[in-house]
Amino acid sequence: MNHGPLIFLAAFFALAGSWSGFVLAPQLQVGQLQQTNTLGGGATYPQARSGLAQQGLQVYRANGCATCHSQQLRQSGTLCDVVLTDAGTNQPALIAALLTLKCGTVPTEAEQRAVIPANTNLPAAIQTWSEADAKQMLARLPQPVRQGMTKEQADAAAKTLTAAGAKAQIWIVPVGPDLARGWGRRRTVAEDFLFDNPVMPGSQRIGPDLANVGARLPDVSWHLRHLYAPRLTEPASTMPPYRFLFEQRKLGPAASPDALALPAPWAPPPDYGIIPKPEATALAAYLASLRAEAPLFVAPLTLPVASAAPAKPPAP
Amino acid sequence: MSNAQPSQPVPAVVNLEVDSSCRFPLLFMFLCAACWLVIGSAFALISSIKFHSPSFLADSPWLTYGRVRPAYLNCLLYGFGLQTGLGVALWLLARLGRTPLAQPWLVVVGTLLWNAGVKLGIFGILSGDSTGFEGLEMPGYAAWIIMLGYLVIGLSGVLTFHQRRERPLFVSQWLILAALFWFPWIYATAELLLVAFPVRGAAQVAICGYYQASLGMTWLPLAGLAAIFYFIPRLTRAELHSRYLALFAFWVLILFGGWTGIANSAPLPAWMPALSTVATMLMAVPLVAVALNVHRTLAGKWSMVAANPPLQFIVVGSIAFLLAGLMKIACVAIDTTCPVGLTWLTPAQAQLNAYGFFALVMFGAVYTILPQVTRVEFPSTRLVRAHFRLALLGLLLTVAPLAMAGIVEARRLPDPGIAFMAVVKSTLPFLRASTMGDLLLALGHVLFLVNIAGWALRFYRPRVAAAYAAATADLSALEAKS
Repeated sequence: MNHGPLIFLAAFFALAGSWSGFVLAPQLQVGQLQQTNTLGGGATYPQARSGLAQQGLQVYRANGCATCHSQQLRQSGTLCDVVLTDAGTNQPALIAALLTLKCGTVPTEAEQRAVIPANTNLPAAIQTWSEADAKQMLARLPQPVRQGMTKEQADAAAKTLTAAGAKAQIWIVPVGPDLARGWGRRRTVAEDFLFDNPVMPGSQRIGPDLANVGARLPDVSWHLRHLYAPRLTEPASTMPPYRFLFEQRKLGPAASPDALALPAPWAPPPDYGIIPKPEATALAAYLASLRAEAPLFVAPLTLPVASAAPAKPPAP
Repeated sequence: MSNAQPSQPVPAVVNLEVDSSCRFPLLFMFLCAACWLVIGSAFALISSIKFHSPSFLADSPWLTYGRVRPAYLNCLLYGFGLQTGLGVALWLLARLGRTPLAQPWLVVVGTLLWNAGVKLGIFGILSGDSTGFEGLEMPGYAAWIIMLGYLVIGLSGVLTFHQRRERPLFVSQWLILAALFWFPWIYATAELLLVAFPVRGAAQVAICGYYQASLGMTWLPLAGLAAIFYFIPRLTRAELHSRYLALFAFWVLILFGGWTGIANSAPLPAWMPALSTVATMLMAVPLVAVALNVHRTLAGKWSMVAANPPLQFIVVGSIAFLLAGLMKIACVAIDTTCPVGLTWLTPAQAQLNAYGFFALVMFGAVYTILPQVTRVEFPSTRLVRAHFRLALLGLLLTVAPLAMAGIVEARRLPDPGIAFMAVVKSTLPFLRASTMGDLLLALGHVLFLVNIAGWALRFYRPRVAAAYAAATADLSALEAKS
């Protein structure tokens, strides 16, 4: 057989296939992304990080933080919450509707988790909801009536409420183990990295995911203390201390405002202070700037109104 | 194309010519590669010990985990893997083409460049110049030198192929030729689009995934299988069971290998992870084809394996190729229901693929090639056997604990009721156990270096001594006169 050139061409196209699939096509689709608008608010997203945070991104890169920390949240799906926003005028009908909704149907998985603490063997169908509870709810609107429903169930529930003369909204709630852990509100999408270079989504979770660490832990001084002595903020931490990002300096008569507040085993000798170097300040600013939680068309969610559902305690 | 491996007897003169042309360049390459392995093991040990005590060597920015770990992986991949792979490929091209290595000086120059580039690259990673892209951490200034080194070595390979005297091609030549062209393509793509002129935003994630898959799932299998398909028949004095199965595996590999690199959780449009999952499933096809081919070739010859240390390396490497592939497929298959993508299973699979498959096959190939090119027998069969045992045990003790840590993580992380620190804590015993594996591998690498250096010494010492004697003959004659 003498098909040398033919075979060479075939091999060339075989290899070029994956190139056009995962180099050319992503560049044409993802590489051309522009800023977009958030859902609801209409704000421009994403905003470029501050100059300090951009420097911090380079410190993150130089020290290989992405070796241990991912910045990619997964989401297994979206569910709907039905939220009562306005009681209307026909209170008896509304209370009847609320009671049907609350007690007449099987609670969803999310509701079971909320009502029954984990590791107890209470029957799942327990619904202790009375008229008094309903009245209490009407006093503090908007309030979620049902949580974790499918779109169809939510539509039906909202219809029951509107039939009673009330106004109801359907809120979109992304769900998944990562989100249940309190690591974020929605999955991470390409838009979140638009202004970052290099993009470091990481591939392992030797430490917690950082896609939203700025929303979880907005305090820059917490990050500085954590970088200096991880076990100060998290006693079992396996993160190496980054003491080389700080320097021990003799303090003058007035204490430096930059010096870290450190308790006994980590505290420097008297008259000395632990001062973050510019790299540490930049890295902490970058970490505090990590907030990938704006509602977007590609990853929709409804942000709860401040007065509504009780705020979740921030997870570490 | 011939239907089988060239089986008619080759004149001994030709083989002698081939071997002597390869001798210096290959010894040089393998020696450098073995040095990188030893250096890499040191980095691996440092990063592993950090799981026992996070503050170990933590005050030096050069030795922080996030720099040492990529430095280790780059030593393993570029310092050892690609370099040895190229060396073995050159020898196979010369041997199968029955022609001396073309322009051996090109190989020496290329190797010098390559090693200078890797040295600069590792230095760059440790000093904080990492690019931040996994598998591609070496900074841009080192990448140019590495690329140049590769092209110079590759040129010699292409020339050798071109001037072959045996016109019909054996499967290994197909694989090697594809690999020779494949690396510059993917490396240039990744370096240009990620480092030199970075594309915008998350497209970088896709391109980085493409590079990783193309290297790990295409280049390494191409070079490794070329060695497997040549050395297993040769060391068992059999013929490759089926040339067509091997070619079939080749085509599927180059068609789908590069598509397998996008993780399910990647922040990219859903079609990319979906396509990547399909491609990974399709990798089952070359796996089965290779396994069948190797199994049939070895049929009835398993007793020869135990008696032949290089063959042991290669056979175990072929088994690891199958296991690593199956592991990757299994991980991707269950990832949608039980997220395993961001756990320790990923590094465990990578280790099984890069070390268990590729490195072991390369050890076997080097141990077969060196006695040929130097015409010196094994300096010590005992040391080679010891290296095999250490490599096998070390491999088990790194891959198994990491995989178990990954399974624990995958089972516990999806439950938000378990605190993250509790999950981390439950993986620690496994990570600490893997230090033992790293230590065994490091010992094995030292033996590998000793073995290669032994060959070089045995070959060159008498010649150097003779040359010295010849050069000083006049002097001693003069002395005798006076």
